[in-house]
Amino acid sequence: MEPILKVENLTKVFTRKGQPDFIAVNHISFEMNQGSCLGLIGESGSGKSTTVNMITRLLDPTEGKIILDGEDITNISGRKLRKVYARMQMVFQTPTDSFDPRCTLGDGIGESLRNNGWARKDTRDEVARLLEVCGLNADFASRYPHQVSGGQCQRAAIARALAIRPKLLICDEATSALDVTVQKEIIALLNELRWKSGSDLSILFICHDIALVQQFCNYVLVMYKGDVVERGEPDEVIRNPANAYTRRLIDSVL
Amino acid sequence: MKEPTVRVQKIRKDTVRIRLIIFGTLAILLLICSVFSEYLTPYDPYLQDLANIKAAPSAAHIFGTDRYGRDMLSRVIVGSRTSIYSTLLLVAIITVTGTMIGVFCGWHGKWIDVVLMRISDIFLAFPGLVFALAVAGILEGGLQNAIIALAAISWPKYARIARSQTLAQKETPYLKAVRLSGCSTMKIIIKHILPNIIGPILVTSMLDIGTMMMELAGLSFLGLGAKPPTAEWGSMMSDTRSLLTTVPWVTMAPGIAIFISVMIFNLLGDTIRDYADPKSRGR
Repeated sequence: MEPILKVENLTKVFTRKGQPDFIAVNHISFEMNQGSCLGLIGESGSGKSTTVNMITRLLDPTEGKIILDGEDITNISGRKLRKVYARMQMVFQTPTDSFDPRCTLGDGIGESLRNNGWARKDTRDEVARLLEVCGLNADFASRYPHQVSGGQCQRAAIARALAIRPKLLICDEATSALDVTVQKEIIALLNELRWKSGSDLSILFICHDIALVQQFCNYVLVMYKGDVVERGEPDEVIRNPANAYTRRLIDSVL
Repeated sequence: MKEPTVRVQKIRKDTVRIRLIIFGTLAILLLICSVFSEYLTPYDPYLQDLANIKAAPSAAHIFGTDRYGRDMLSRVIVGSRTSIYSTLLLVAIITVTGTMIGVFCGWHGKWIDVVLMRISDIFLAFPGLVFALAVAGILEGGLQNAIIALAAISWPKYARIARSQTLAQKETPYLKAVRLSGCSTMKIIIKHILPNIIGPILVTSMLDIGTMMMELAGLSFLGLGAKPPTAEWGSMMSDTRSLLTTVPWVTMAPGIAIFISVMIFNLLGDTIRDYADPKSRGR
C-alpha cells in the first residue's frame, strides 16, 4: 500500500542577517502508512512544529521532498495547493486562537466545505452533524470562539479539521493547552474518530508527552535539535531508548 | 456569584449601544443638515443686506450678520455642505487607498512592500500642510484640488496601520487554519483580514475627520481651497478673522460649527471602536 505521507530529507534553515544560519530541521525522512498514527515528540525548539508547518506548506522547506498520497506537494502553490488541503488538515495548539474571532464556530467549521463548492444549507447540516460527532451540541455553530471553553473549542477545531474528510490529520500539540481531564477527553475523541472513520484517517500526532504517545500512536519519532534521534514502536522506544536525550525524556515523565 | 457578572456585562453592552445610537443619530442629523442645507436656511446665505451689517445675535439673526449683512446662521448651514462633504470624501479616499496599499504590502511582502513603504516614508518626512500647500499650489487651488493635495499627503498613515495590522494577523493560528481550509487569497483578505483590522483603521479615520476639516479649512484660509463667496466654515473663519475683536460672533459661528461636528465624529469614532470589538459585545 502506498504510504499516505512520505518525507524525504526535509530541511529548514533559517537565515538571519549577521547571525549564523539556524538549522531548525535537519534532513529528516519518514513515512506514514494509511490509517496509522505517528507520534512526533521532542522538547520545545526541537523542530516539531517547523516540520509540520513544512508538511502543510505553511512554510517553504529549504530542501527535501514531501509526498502526500503519492503526489509531490513540495513545490506546488495556489489553486493546486488549496486542492491538497482537502486531503490534509491540522488541529492547532491554541484552540481559541485558531478560530477567527469575528466568525462563528459554524462558519469556521464549514469554511472548507464552502470553499469546495458545498451549498449553504448542506454545509449547515453537515456542520451540525460534525459538531455532534465531536461531542458538542449543534447550536455551538452560532457561538463565537471566545464564548466557549478551550476544550469545547478544540472539539470544534477537530470538527473543522474533519469537515472536508481528510486522509491525514495533523495534531500540532492539540492537547498541550488543555488541562489533564480535557486532554483525556480529546484523546478519547481522536481515538474514537480514528476507528469510526473506517481506519482511513491517518494521524500525525505532535506532542511532548511520551506517555500520551505511548497510549495513542503505533510508531514514534523522537526529535532533538532538528534531528530524528530515535524511531520505533513506542513501547520499544520506552523500554530501551538508544539515545541519551530519549532516556532523559522518558525519565522525566515516567 | 453569577448574577452580578451577568449584570455588569449587560450594562456595559447597553451603554455602548446607547452611545452608538446617540452619536450615530447626531452624525446622521449633521449629514441630513448638509444634504438639505438649501431648504433649512432662514435667509439667502449669499444675500447682502448692507443696512444690517455686523448685527449682533438677535431673534431675527441667531448668529448675527457679517460685514456684508449676510445671515451667519444661513451661511453656517450652507457651509456644512462644503465642509462636511469635502471632509468625508477626503477621509473616504485616504482610508480606502491607504488600507488597500497597506494590506497589499503586508500580505505580499518582498520588494513591493519595501518600495511602497519607502515612498510612504518620503511622504511622512514632509511637514504635511506645507507639502499639501505645494501640491495645491501646483494644481492651482480650488476645493477639488485641495482634496487631492490632502489625500496625497495623508494616505501613508493608513497604509502604515493597515500594513502592521496585516502582518500581525498573518502570524495568527487562525489565519493558518483559514489557509488550510482552502480559501483564496482574495477571500482571506476580504473575509478574514479586513474585518479584523478595520477597527483601528475606522477609528483613525473617524478621528481624522476633525483634523481633515481643519486642514481643508487651513488651505481655504490660504486661498487654496474653497474660494469666497462659497460658504465654507474654514474660509468663513479666516474671512472674518480681522473682525474677531469687534464682532466676535461672525468668527464664533463657524468655529462652533466645526467644534461640534468634530466632536460628534470623534465620539462616534470611539463608540464604533468599542462596538466593533467582539469581546465588548457581551457573552
